[in-house]
Amino acid sequence: MKVNTDIAQTHLKSNKKQTMLASMGVTVGIGVFIFMISLVVGFNRNSDEGFFKTTPHIRIFQEDKLSQPLLNIVDTNVSPIIINPTISNLSSTLLNPSKIISDLKNEEDVVTATEHVSVSLFYNNGHSQITGQASGVNIIEANAMFDIESTMLAGDIQNLVSTPNGIIIGVGIADKFNIQLNDNISVISAVGVSKILKVVGVFSTSNAALDESKSYVNLPMSQQLLKQNSSYVTDIFVNIKDPNKAVAYTDHLEKITGYNAEDWQTANEAAMASKKTRRVMFGAISLAILLVAAFGIYNIINMTVKEKLNDIAILKAIGFSGKDVLSIFLKETFLIGLIGTSLGLILAYVLIKAVSGIYIGGNIGYFPIWIEPEVFIMGAAIGMFITLMAGYIPARSAAHIDPIEIFRK
Amino acid sequence: MEKKIILQTNNIVKYFHEPVKFKALKDVSFEIKESEFLTITGKSGCGKSTLMYILSTMDSDYEGELFIDGKKISGQSQDQLAMIRNKNIGFVFQFHYLLPEFTCLKNIMIPALKLGVKSYEQIEYEAYQKLELLDIKDQALKPASKISGGQQQRVAIARALINDPKIIMGDEPTGNLDSKNAKVVLDTFKELSQEGGQTIIVVTHDTDFAKKSDRTIVMADGEIIDYGY
Ligand SMILES: Nc1ncnc2c1ncn2[C@@H]1O[C@H](COP(=O)(O)OP(=O)(O)OP(=O)(O)O)[C@@H](O)[C@H]1O
Ligand SMILES: [Mg+2]
Repeated sequence: MKVNTDIAQTHLKSNKKQTMLASMGVTVGIGVFIFMISLVVGFNRNSDEGFFKTTPHIRIFQEDKLSQPLLNIVDTNVSPIIINPTISNLSSTLLNPSKIISDLKNEEDVVTATEHVSVSLFYNNGHSQITGQASGVNIIEANAMFDIESTMLAGDIQNLVSTPNGIIIGVGIADKFNIQLNDNISVISAVGVSKILKVVGVFSTSNAALDESKSYVNLPMSQQLLKQNSSYVTDIFVNIKDPNKAVAYTDHLEKITGYNAEDWQTANEAAMASKKTRRVMFGAISLAILLVAAFGIYNIINMTVKEKLNDIAILKAIGFSGKDVLSIFLKETFLIGLIGTSLGLILAYVLIKAVSGIYIGGNIGYFPIWIEPEVFIMGAAIGMFITLMAGYIPARSAAHIDPIEIFRK
Repeated sequence: MEKKIILQTNNIVKYFHEPVKFKALKDVSFEIKESEFLTITGKSGCGKSTLMYILSTMDSDYEGELFIDGKKISGQSQDQLAMIRNKNIGFVFQFHYLLPEFTCLKNIMIPALKLGVKSYEQIEYEAYQKLELLDIKDQALKPASKISGGQQQRVAIARALINDPKIIMGDEPTGNLDSKNAKVVLDTFKELSQEGGQTIIVVTHDTDFAKKSDRTIVMADGEIIDYGY
């Protein structure tokens, strides 16, 4: 064993109380830091999963445009004017959607792509009426994307495949109309097409507003409700491998499809903002905790150096260089950091395990917190880094101590 | 046979700047031959300790030149000086500066472990030999803070010897010892210079001690007034 390490260990061993105190500072700092970050990651994952129950990673659609002048006049002195420009809704359909979908499916990062028709409609029962939105989908593909199956209260999504005039409704609608499985429900679309549909399933999401308005029908049924032909599609839903890359990927998809593409984060802007706030807030709190821990380490190493002035002078007199002294105190700090960080990881583990056992109920269930290996690795790295930084300052001042000044006293 | 010069100073001048500018050493030039047992005396405040710190390479802030074993020491980096101290110089202080948290044995071993030439076992063996030489082998495994003053001083001398340095220096190493312990130290130094061929430079107020050395330099007001030849 190197003599510097030997000296560092002896210093720590003969001051067990101080060593433990310094380590505890790191332990609490790292433990709480990892716990806090895991909370944020857990919350965010939970809310992301909520989004992905209803929102695709990327939605491709045709944006409504104001009518444009036919002539493109280059002369800057003359401006074309259109009196009463209107939104031209001729083109709210995507042209040749099956070609777009097969193009998308050839993309390496695309996991699934499916057609979607959005229909505004009323659900009727006697005199009562509910406004809502039906999604015309290929239910198998939509299920692969949104995991509709997991939200089903009654019935089965397979039944929609075998029932052309079937509908899967939200539990809110079913409750209001007192409708049960296999009952009929009458709907009338915004363009005036009315149909009697058979309820083949009831779903319940965590979102009450959605449960009171949304339903799924087969793609052809939705086209009929809109008086459109079988090539009419309003959106294409795309899921990609890494949803966090959706923002960057939209540009690419706009280029290959020629239509607008919107990522899930833009679609859920308000929720994203609160997510960001949460991250900043927790980040600031954990940083403050780490700073306090760092200050504790700084103090204790500083105190050790002050107590060991004599030792430092002797070591220098017998031939230890400034670098050796620096390395001795850095080693002490490193060992304190190692003990503290290891215990901190255990503390974080225990905290997370304890909290994840708490049942919240509602749409959350158990507290959304998990052991995230990345967070643990990051916490350990930050813990060691901060400890070493905090210890470096007093260690360097120890290295610069002039032994003669000590001996003269 | 003419003996070789082991340590030489040329016109060493040392200033202190605080609290007022003060010339503590004025043109100190002298030489010491190999295996010489040299004592330095002089009134309190004449600059003996100041000179010793320069000779021991711990103080490098001076004018003039210092040569040890033919090599120029002045102007070398702090790291190089530390290496020179480790290898060539053993220092014994007036107060028994030991590392209190280590055993006596470990205190003696540390300079050799730092030098890193010999194996741990070999160093341990030699440390025991030095303890035996100074007649304190029975204290080997006690913490350095738990033995008497005279014993501590002998451990410090053993530590100064562990790397078989060319020069052993002491600043009033017997200043805190009773006459019996002082004699043990004196005899050890004499033996080392006569049989071990090591050079001894010791600052002392003890005239008996000085008389028994090979040569005594007398200082006054930062100057050498008697070279002892
Ligand atoms: N750090 C310092 N700052 C300013 N002056 C100093 C310093 N150290 C020593 N001196 C002065 O330098 C002179 C020489 O001091 P030094 O310690 O070398 O004396 P000394 O011969 O060892 O005395 P003593 O026999 O009492 O140990 C003294 O006048 C002292 O006041
Ligand atoms: Mg002195």
